[in-house]
Amino acid sequence: MSTLTREETESLIQEVLEVYPEKAKKDRAKHLAINDQSIEQSKKCITSNRKSLPGVMTIRGCAYAGSRGVVWGPVKDMIHISHGPVGCGQYSRAGRRNYYVGTTGVNTFAEMNFTSDFQEKDIVFGGDKKLAKIMNEIESLFPLHKGITVQSECPIGLIGDDIEAVSKKAAKELNKVVVPVRCEGFRGVSQSLGHHIANDAVRDWVLSNRDGQHFESTPYDVTIIGDYNIGGDAWASRIFLEEMGLRVIAQWSGDGTIAEMENTPKAKLNLLHCYRSMNYISRHMEEKYGIPWMEYNFFGPTKIEESLRRIAAFFDDSIKEGAERVIAKYKPMMEAVIAKYKPRLQGKRVMLYIGGLRPRHVIGAYEDLGMEVVGTGYEFGHNDDYDRTIKEMGNATLLYDDVTGFELEEFVKRIKPDLVGSGIKEKYIYQKMGIPFRQMHSWDYSGPYHGFDGFAIFARDMDMTLNNPCWGKQTPPWKAVKPAEEVKAAA
Amino acid sequence: MANIMIRKNDAGGLVFYLPKRDLEDNIASIEFDTPAKWGGELKLASGGTYYIEPQEAPARLPVSVRAKRVDAPE
Ligand code: SF4
Repeated sequence: MSTLTREETESLIQEVLEVYPEKAKKDRAKHLAINDQSIEQSKKCITSNRKSLPGVMTIRGCAYAGSRGVVWGPVKDMIHISHGPVGCGQYSRAGRRNYYVGTTGVNTFAEMNFTSDFQEKDIVFGGDKKLAKIMNEIESLFPLHKGITVQSECPIGLIGDDIEAVSKKAAKELNKVVVPVRCEGFRGVSQSLGHHIANDAVRDWVLSNRDGQHFESTPYDVTIIGDYNIGGDAWASRIFLEEMGLRVIAQWSGDGTIAEMENTPKAKLNLLHCYRSMNYISRHMEEKYGIPWMEYNFFGPTKIEESLRRIAAFFDDSIKEGAERVIAKYKPMMEAVIAKYKPRLQGKRVMLYIGGLRPRHVIGAYEDLGMEVVGTGYEFGHNDDYDRTIKEMGNATLLYDDVTGFELEEFVKRIKPDLVGSGIKEKYIYQKMGIPFRQMHSWDYSGPYHGFDGFAIFARDMDMTLNNPCWGKQTPPWKAVKPAEEVKAAA
Repeated sequence: MANIMIRKNDAGGLVFYLPKRDLEDNIASIEFDTPAKWGGELKLASGGTYYIEPQEAPARLPVSVRAKRVDAPE
């Protein structure tokens, strides 16, 4: 099927909305839009960051997930207590594949689940005593931990426990950083507010810890903020930042440590990967410490080159030369990747539905392979995300915010993309529909996808999925060849 | 009254940011923009208007200030 025109897309949206009751229809209509590059302000065409409709299938998470799972979870040398009942932590444990180095259970803890396992009596009598006890237990069982965070689950906010007081007391006793985070799941409309709350906790409890302390700095100190090292992403980015002469003094929070976070205010430039989840802290550092921040995009050679040059512009000529040297060094490798995969992927159409920064950032990588993104959307994006997306997407392509399970299915049925990129919850629906699918949250257990090295893997994975022979075998042979005989045999 | 942050973007224009609601918007115009008197009515690109008490221009941006919503869509 060829690309839809603006009118066709319009009627597609109307058709999909048809099934909803009047009120729901009005609400959902605001979240679906056709991209128009001439619009400067996404507000004019799409509404975002609103409460999901009751009754529809949303793919969002909760504030706790945003804080425990995304922002704090990967800080490897701290212990993150999922404070409340056991399920929230256990069911989300280690699902994001934030790679790190260290010996789990000895000096790193990111894959483990610590919980206060609330029972009825904790709800009735309060859990503060239990929390204090847990912290002591942690100290004796895992003496090499560098700090604790308390990640509140829903009940904590409801029963009004004073986790701040417990944390302050414990911090004194243990002489370590103890951070209470008020990220109860019910706060906000999605995980997005959890990111914000987690950022505020970093601001209030961590960032200024080393103010005034001496730090051996160089003029080339930068940080990587908002890279969660999924499948090793942050490593694949760091490697060539260092190659061009920069010194990465902190990595947040994938493979990150509390010491790195405390040292971040000493940086000369904060490099921000995931704008959605860490812009808050970058803005704060810009105001308080005067550190500029810059959003970069390390998906696909075109965007990498663009980003490297923009990063280099903050520094002197030696870094600018470094950037050119790095670009030149990887050019042959990138050309080889494109030469190999572009002919196999050229012209294929992709629909995405992901979170954070990816709905706009990966577009460049697909375009480098000659593919086209015909629909994209954010689970929990805000206006500023869509502002940044409109320019990246082609005209008359589809934008959908907090899309419901039903809507996405209908869009895919009609637009018939060659590839859908979304999460695990969507994966099997589309595979059963016979549409190649990649998980774009966890890179489908592959990765890294960032950086030059990552692009090679990205290209291979897309080819592997799209051109897999299994898509031609959707109809079982007995149905395709002799349907009549099959009926007889069964009878 | 709400806390807002004003920063400069790459192009040198002023950007308005309202942390409470994660609202980011370009500032189309600012009423007073001299070193001695800075602030007043901020007109946002989206059409909203906020007011900050005229004050001495901040030594550097970004700066967090208290602002009053005069009129803003939604
Ligand atoms: S919404 Fe509440 S109960 Fe559910 S996972 Fe989040 S914190 Fe846990």
